[in-house]
Amino acid sequence: MSNTPMTPGVVPQRLSRTDYADGFSDMHPPLDAHEALVAADRCYFCYDAPCVTACPTAIDIPLFIRQIQTGKPGDAAKTIFDQNILGGMCARVCPTETLCEEACVRETAEGKPVEIGRLQRFATDTALVTGVHPYQRAEPTGFRVGIVGAGPAGLACAHRLAMKGHDVTIYDARPKPGGLNEYGIAAYKTVGDFAMAEVDWLMEIGGITLVSDTALGRDVTLTELRDDFDAVFLGVGLGGVNALRAPGEDFPYVQDAVDFIADLRQAEDKAQVPVGRNVVVIGGGMTAVDAAVQSRLLGAETVTIVYRRGRDRMGASPYEQDHATRHGVRIVTGAQPLRVIGTDTAEAVEFAYTEETPEGLRPSAQTFQIAADQVFKAIGQTLAAAPEDLTLDGAKIAVTGMGRTSAAGVWAGGDCASGGDDLTVTAVAEGRDAAEDIHVTLIGASEIAAE
Amino acid sequence: MADLTSDFAGIKSPNPFWLASAPPTDKEYNVRRAFEAGWGGVVWKTLGSEGPPVVNVNGPRYGAVYGADRRLLGLNNIELITDRPLEVNLREIKAVKRDYPDRAMVVSIMVPCEEEAWRAILPMVEETGADGIELNFGCPHGMSERGMGSAVGQVPEYIEMVTRWCKQFTRMPVIVKLTPNITDIRKPAEAAAKGGADAVSLINTINSITSVDLDTLSPEPSIDGKGSHGGYCGPAVKPIALSMVSEIARAPETAHMPISGIGGITTWRDAAEFLVLGAGNVQICTAAMTYGFRIVEEMKAGLRSWMDEKGYDSVAAVSGRAVPNVTDWQYLNLNYVTKARISQADCIQCGRCYAACEDTSHQAIAMSPDRVFTVIDEECVACNLCVNVCPVENCITMEEMPVGAIDPRSGDRVDDAYANWTTHPNNPAALKAAE
Ligand SMILES: Cc1cc2nc3c(=O)[nH]c(=O)nc-3n(C[C@H](O)[C@H](O)[C@H](O)COP(=O)(O)OP(=O)(O)OC[C@H]3O[C@@H](n4cnc5c(N)ncnc54)[C@H](O)[C@@H]3O)c2cc1C
Ligand SMILES: Cc1cc2nc3c(=O)[nH]c(=O)nc-3n(C[C@H](O)[C@H](O)[C@H](O)COP(=O)(O)O)c2cc1C
Ligand code: SF4
Repeated sequence: MSNTPMTPGVVPQRLSRTDYADGFSDMHPPLDAHEALVAADRCYFCYDAPCVTACPTAIDIPLFIRQIQTGKPGDAAKTIFDQNILGGMCARVCPTETLCEEACVRETAEGKPVEIGRLQRFATDTALVTGVHPYQRAEPTGFRVGIVGAGPAGLACAHRLAMKGHDVTIYDARPKPGGLNEYGIAAYKTVGDFAMAEVDWLMEIGGITLVSDTALGRDVTLTELRDDFDAVFLGVGLGGVNALRAPGEDFPYVQDAVDFIADLRQAEDKAQVPVGRNVVVIGGGMTAVDAAVQSRLLGAETVTIVYRRGRDRMGASPYEQDHATRHGVRIVTGAQPLRVIGTDTAEAVEFAYTEETPEGLRPSAQTFQIAADQVFKAIGQTLAAAPEDLTLDGAKIAVTGMGRTSAAGVWAGGDCASGGDDLTVTAVAEGRDAAEDIHVTLIGASEIAAE
Repeated sequence: MADLTSDFAGIKSPNPFWLASAPPTDKEYNVRRAFEAGWGGVVWKTLGSEGPPVVNVNGPRYGAVYGADRRLLGLNNIELITDRPLEVNLREIKAVKRDYPDRAMVVSIMVPCEEEAWRAILPMVEETGADGIELNFGCPHGMSERGMGSAVGQVPEYIEMVTRWCKQFTRMPVIVKLTPNITDIRKPAEAAAKGGADAVSLINTINSITSVDLDTLSPEPSIDGKGSHGGYCGPAVKPIALSMVSEIARAPETAHMPISGIGGITTWRDAAEFLVLGAGNVQICTAAMTYGFRIVEEMKAGLRSWMDEKGYDSVAAVSGRAVPNVTDWQYLNLNYVTKARISQADCIQCGRCYAACEDTSHQAIAMSPDRVFTVIDEECVACNLCVNVCPVENCITMEEMPVGAIDPRSGDRVDDAYANWTTHPNNPAALKAAE
């Protein structure tokens, strides 16, 4: 430990080895077999269960919990994978407190839901360690589908198409597949190499070819893909980042939070990741919370999230806000940045309190400064570049039905497509549903052609 | 404050809670600690004849049935009577009785169905100063293969004969312990009465196999890959025991006999139920084996405060109070009409009532798109299933329809007159009587 939390500037090794190990260990450690049985016993096997409705992938939760109860976690995993092939990652990263567990009737009854997320992890972990892939491909159909983006949406789409017997090629701009599972999710939510291992396991279905380091728009065009493949699915996520548009944005260590998070996820040794003594995170969503908490875990002395509206408008749920404050992060609301102050590097950020006016949110005359040697921008991700000619809905690719874009033969899903929350589980649902629609479309067309 | 002292067939104890004849009462160490913990009495683990004692299996003796959270709901055992020498047991019984003169010390006995065997053992037991004997005619495994236990309890003539011998050879009160492994419990009870028994106790354990190991295909408990049926006890058997106790309590031939209620008693509430259905005291085995001796504290306190609330001043005042309310089905009032009511304030919207009524019963619960569950009175037959499957206490209740109201299901007016099946027009027997 060469540095301490008090060392000025942006430096690595602020903490001891054990601090790093503790901080970046599993946030929700797995249930052991006994704990899983106790937790499973609490499920009431509800009729038309509200938790299932609340799950974007509609996993049959009462059924899989009953399968755990009866000593069949492997069957439980199959129930989960049938609806959500990335059920293992979702068990780790889903904000269950706003999804299935919020809907659980035992939340209503006792304020303590069945631990659905952890039970899902118990079941899926049991299945993944066996290393046996539980699905087989159908007879080859001869159809070829091109997918752009190996994030949750693209992977779920690819797996479902492969199951149906289609040949799939996935292109991804990054060196590793997984999308934000690999480059975005907070390190303590998915420890070890789980994201990579899950992708390898998923690929065992066969029939999926992955082409890395290949970007749509740079190395390949949509027109080419439409010519080469019978159908195309776009799951490119939101690669762009909103700019602060404030003076001082160009100082070193005034960074995009997502880049910091990606570097952190890829770092073999967290102790080597530099972090500021005083960190300011601008934004109010999950990305802001993850950047802030992980800055604290790297040893920053002070970390402040500053959000321009009230707490109730923050993208991060109350549970996540608590998670941040529990880690010593201060949350300041109702303020927006005016400029980053400094000479060669950032020294502070100046903010103005905001006021709601009929014309919208406005900075007031009251200002204040927060010391900062590192500033993270987490004010939203955007579609990096709209693929050729596709109709947009706001800043996203417009889709109707099960992910159909304005172009024939082109589907889209996940964060890049309109509708749904920007969550891993929503991306999986949309990828899966688009695959079903692609399948019906291709098979339907071939049947008509055969007649 | 209500008085818990008990006089059961002349046997006095400071409270009506006795430990049943079983492992908790198989030795001095246990019984002394039970008395220190506050138990009113014990029935010592069944003694056999003089000579080499029986041997038990050397593998597992118990099988189990669990509820949620691995709560033990049913236990089964393949244990035999005491496997310790007779003289050791007798010496210990004498020592404990000497030190705890106020507690009931009853000795359970099972010897071959021969007059000599009983004539031999009874004076030895009497010599210990014990307060009474219990004849084990109930053990359903092992001993029954040797013509004892339930093999005797299943033949009323044998019960009567052995009871008579005992009354002849000892001045101690004789309690006959009945096996539930028969079709009509009143017959063995009647036989005991005819033989002169001072009381009956029931139930002993029920023939059972709790589970099968699906890897080895051996019944549990598995002894080297094989299993034998055992005797079932614990909370799961309580309903069977309660019914049998009530049958004896209301049959004219046996109604006069004190009954020691046994079977699944786990809380003061269970005990009170046995008492009101005719038991004079209660015996407990599995609950003590599951939770230890300390449970008697809760049982005594709970029974006493319930008695205080109801104004019953003695155990005798409680005993049998509900017996007049046990009747035959044919006498139940068919003009008593109820409907299920769901409290929306308490409902947690699990929909279990809906699944139960819709899938398996009368389609009498409506479910709205926003998960509000309501009873359709036109369809509700008041079966109570929704109440039984609802996870929230008192969320669904059965509400009596007032006299004069129209039952929307039948279209009939609710009559305040009592009317039962014996006079119902659909009853062929009733029609005949009217002709
Ligand atoms: C910091 C952070 C934390 C998050 N935490 C959570 C969480 O805890 N729980 C949760 O449910 N959700 C969380 N999310 C949201 C979640 O990660 C996303 O909703 C989800 O990953 C979306 O999946 P996707 O497949 O649509 O896109 P991505 O996961 O973004 O995947 C898109 C893929 O497309 C590739 N790509 C992009 N452009 C191109 C191109 N032009 N050519 C080729 N390939 C391209 C990318 O390299 C990437 O692999 C978080 C997001 C962030 C940013
Ligand atoms: C392990 C075990 C051994 C038993 N041994 C005897 C016995 O020797 N003599 C006897 O009369 N009953 C015996 N019983 C039966 C109990 O005395 C009692 O009748 C029965 O367990 C029901 O009561 P419970 O539900 O409170 O356990 C035994 C029960 C168990 C569990
Ligand atoms: S009492 Fe029976 S019939 Fe009536 S609503 Fe409940 S389950 Fe249905």
